[in-house]
Amino acid sequence: MIDASESLTQRVEPIEAGEHVIAARFIGEQPVLALAGGTVLLGMNHQRVQPHGDAAILVASSDDTMLLTGGDDGKIISTKPDGSSTVLGDEKGKWIDAVAIGASGSTAWSTGKKVVARDGKGALKEWLAPTTAQGLCFAPKGYRLAISHYNGSSLWFPNTEGKPEFREWKGSHLDVTFSPDGRFLVTSMQENTLHGWRLADGKDMRMSGYPSKTRSFSWSHDGYWLATSGADAAIIWPFKDKDGPMGKAPRECGVRHSKVSAVSFHPRALVVAIGYEDGCILLCRLTDSAELLVRPAVQNEGRITSMGWNKTGNRMVFGTEEGAAGVLTLP
Amino acid sequence: MSDKIPVTVLTGYLGAGKTTLLNRILTEPHGKKFAVIVNEFGEIGIDNDLVVGADEEVFEMNNGCICCTVRGDLIRIIEGLMKRKGKFDAIIVETTGLADPAPVAQTFFVDEDVSARARLDAVITVVDARWLKDQLKDAPEVKNQIAFADVIVLNKIDLVSADELVDVEKNIRAINAYATIHKTTRSAVSLDAVLGKNAFDLDRILDIAPEFLEDVHVHHDESVQSVAINLPGDIDPEKFMPWLNEFTQAEGPNILRCKGILSFKDEPKRFVFQGVHMILDGDLQRDWKADEVRQSKMVFIGHKLNRAVIEKAVEACRV
Repeated sequence: MIDASESLTQRVEPIEAGEHVIAARFIGEQPVLALAGGTVLLGMNHQRVQPHGDAAILVASSDDTMLLTGGDDGKIISTKPDGSSTVLGDEKGKWIDAVAIGASGSTAWSTGKKVVARDGKGALKEWLAPTTAQGLCFAPKGYRLAISHYNGSSLWFPNTEGKPEFREWKGSHLDVTFSPDGRFLVTSMQENTLHGWRLADGKDMRMSGYPSKTRSFSWSHDGYWLATSGADAAIIWPFKDKDGPMGKAPRECGVRHSKVSAVSFHPRALVVAIGYEDGCILLCRLTDSAELLVRPAVQNEGRITSMGWNKTGNRMVFGTEEGAAGVLTLP
Repeated sequence: MSDKIPVTVLTGYLGAGKTTLLNRILTEPHGKKFAVIVNEFGEIGIDNDLVVGADEEVFEMNNGCICCTVRGDLIRIIEGLMKRKGKFDAIIVETTGLADPAPVAQTFFVDEDVSARARLDAVITVVDARWLKDQLKDAPEVKNQIAFADVIVLNKIDLVSADELVDVEKNIRAINAYATIHKTTRSAVSLDAVLGKNAFDLDRILDIAPEFLEDVHVHHDESVQSVAINLPGDIDPEKFMPWLNEFTQAEGPNILRCKGILSFKDEPKRFVFQGVHMILDGDLQRDWKADEVRQSKMVFIGHKLNRAVIEKAVEACRV
């Protein structure tokens, strides 16, 4: 149970986002919200910019320097914390399905089957996936991109001529993530399961038991744990051993009567922020399962869609489906 | 329930008049904004509406159900559209002339995120009166499109004689006994005939005329046909529901669609079900009205359905 004295609700400063929050992130010390209507909201003084004009933002990602957004105008735009933006790609009105950011300023995006990788110098490389690319993720090291699609995922080195390496597993793969040590690749699937590959030997891992789709992943700072959404608790898989989660049960944190819609690990401690469909947010410590309430369930403000920490981990920004948002500052 | 976005699926063979109908829907003054999911940007030009290109990417659900296919692109597009709630009132999905409507319809039942936000309002099939007979011989897609329809726009009737038209209608009825048929030229049909039908609430199947069914049944030996059943009085849910589940599991690949309104013993509300292949969906809806005759009506549309076997099984569920 949550002790009222263990509540952080007084330490949340609300932000009136007003539209579906696609991504809530920190860039440096600045909270940034990407909103579905096309607005990017910057900082605590709520500066609003419209990098995509009247078009909608469909997908977003971020790193220490920029917010990367893909819109229904077919544009891929990088926005800096000062509000200035640069168009990195233009797919002529086609919906952008996924975006990803890699090391040294590299980015990637996809529309339908077309996948584009752009290195830090702006050189573009293209690859056509066998079916629509659903998710993109750069490998932690090297210029290598994982693409999830129907019946498996592909690993592509954009700077080499060779065919991408295909990892087969029947079904529709949605989002994709590399473990921080690069040993494992994990996808979420249409059939409410996760699929994992140990890349060294291609061994398959099936992580099942979810009542709905997993649409949010987060790795712990040490890379040993993967928190996932899609159940009535955050399902946290152990990846420390050489076999990863094979043959092991996951941890369940923050069991409630509402589904988890977003997860975000603290950048320095084994604490995970858990956002629910009813708008509630808890912080949960892995070591002893202690819970702290950040935000109670709020009617009509929708599910938590995204959460993000600053680098030191004393502040966290979140947003909801109906346009509520806020910033938590830890004591 | 009511705040789900209604989705109209527009099917029809090549050249039947689908695009003409779509343009008519979009350009008539109705004060509504549509999100339109099309396969080719082309002859539709609209300012107010949101037009999205689709790939018709059909994939199998990996859930042990062989006939369970969905449109992956639709799941993604609807997810994207739902982030822009308030920008449109309804969604129209136009399929290509060769498309099987089953994956489109199944998407709205199988994917929980889609079914939580959108509901299938009706499948509208545009049929070419002049060429239907030939198409039924050569194009299996046409049969499926007719079988799936809640509303059929029987177009280009100016190109056939009165007798030919009667024949074409019989052809359609042999495949689909319950769809509403609107006869048109140049797809000129009033919008309320095709939009906001809530056809999946099934009230209309009460209007099936059994005599007509028998008549067409004798005339045609189509590979797709309707089996309609009408039982006065109540049926026992303890018997009927297990049978329906078993039947749709066993015959799923052959059943294109099924629908029914049932009068359960000691139940003041009407039980309404519908299905696509093996997927079934049903719940208790409104009360039976005082002046309404309590009866159970259902229709199965599909290939190789054995009317006698179905009738016998359902009859055995009567109270």
